[in-house]
Amino acid sequence: MRFFFAALKRDLLLVFRHRNDIINPLAFFLMVAVLFPLGVSPDPAFLSEVASGVIWVAALLACLLSVDGIFRSDYEDGSLEQMLVSPEPLLVLVMAKVLSHWLVSGFCLAIISPLVAMMFFLPEQGYPALILSLLLGTPTLSLMGAIGAGLTVGLRRGGVLISLLVLPLYIPVLIFGAGTVQAGAMGLPIQGYLALLGAILVFNLMLAPFAIAAALKISVRS
Amino acid sequence: MLEVKNLFCERDERVLFANFSFQINAAEVVQIIGQNGSGKTTLLRILCGLSDAYTGEIYWHGVALDAEREQYFQAMLYVGHLAGVKGSLTAEENLHWMMQLDKSLNKCTITEALKQVGLFGFEDVPCHSLSAGQQRRVGLARLYLSSAPLWILDEPFTALDKQGVKEKEALIANHIQNGGAVILTTHHDLMIPGQIIRPINLDEVAVA
Repeated sequence: MRFFFAALKRDLLLVFRHRNDIINPLAFFLMVAVLFPLGVSPDPAFLSEVASGVIWVAALLACLLSVDGIFRSDYEDGSLEQMLVSPEPLLVLVMAKVLSHWLVSGFCLAIISPLVAMMFFLPEQGYPALILSLLLGTPTLSLMGAIGAGLTVGLRRGGVLISLLVLPLYIPVLIFGAGTVQAGAMGLPIQGYLALLGAILVFNLMLAPFAIAAALKISVRS
Repeated sequence: MLEVKNLFCERDERVLFANFSFQINAAEVVQIIGQNGSGKTTLLRILCGLSDAYTGEIYWHGVALDAEREQYFQAMLYVGHLAGVKGSLTAEENLHWMMQLDKSLNKCTITEALKQVGLFGFEDVPCHSLSAGQQRRVGLARLYLSSAPLWILDEPFTALDKQGVKEKEALIANHIQNGGAVILTTHHDLMIPGQIIRPINLDEVAVA
């Protein structure tokens, strides 16, 4: 447990030193939100109808953009090798890395999402659904993305490949996430959707760390 | 300490070594020599468990490497080509993290280790603003901290100045006197006071 917090502290410190790592996904998220109404239609009725889908797609792509870098710098400067020859368990380290990635991507997105929802004229009763669905859904995105990042970290240009690997896995989260917001905005019960998102998260929380650790070992040891 | 039996490794359809067996005993320095591309780094990566691209057996104190990985990792210190030093962290933060990763880095305090590598006064400077040699020194500060018996060093002297190399040689000599073992590659003419260095020539291995 102490090792987990030490690893988390290091990763957050690194993020803090490279502040554009936090700003990048958030800026992307906000840019989509700002540009979409300009490009399509500023009509409030139309925007509130598509809000749930657009916000979730923007959040998903923002996560996907940043997940590529989760192991990249550690691979390039040799830190990852040191992590693999460490007697400390790789699973714990991987969990700390994913958590720190989520804190700077998904968690921040969830926090600023009401702002974006306002720009899309999402009915106010949909706000809790939006925040909750992002809080429950984006950790899954980080976990699944980290599997792809681990597999592609050894490749010179893994960016395209990681999208191909991970996007199909993201689709259920997108469907249920956007569904939650839509149901919430119409005043329908959202517990069912949230339970499904939670179930996907728990499933990934149990299995993804093993997959990520194995992926990293394959990437470094081959 | 470390015993390698019938090692076979090929890379890009080129056999690097076949039927390759050797031993490394306590209080011994082994220098892997060979041309560029002869597989020095590959061999070291295999020995420290960072590569699976081989067949053959490796034993640590008579136990197969795969069986007791964690114990082996505790007893082994690997300094690779890449120093594993984060540019945006300071020397002190880097070493602090390395100590978290490897509990056998406990011989002295971070401040002492930095003093030893001549980086005292630079501990609060982010490593990306240090010179290449100084960054290397941050990575090598681990050697002063380490109480692991086996050191695997891949080109540890790159970018170091003459004085720095001398200090590291003295450090290795000290490690050997305490019963440790060192495997290293270097193109530098190694002079370890009071020690005979056993060479393993990979060019000959490939022919045989």
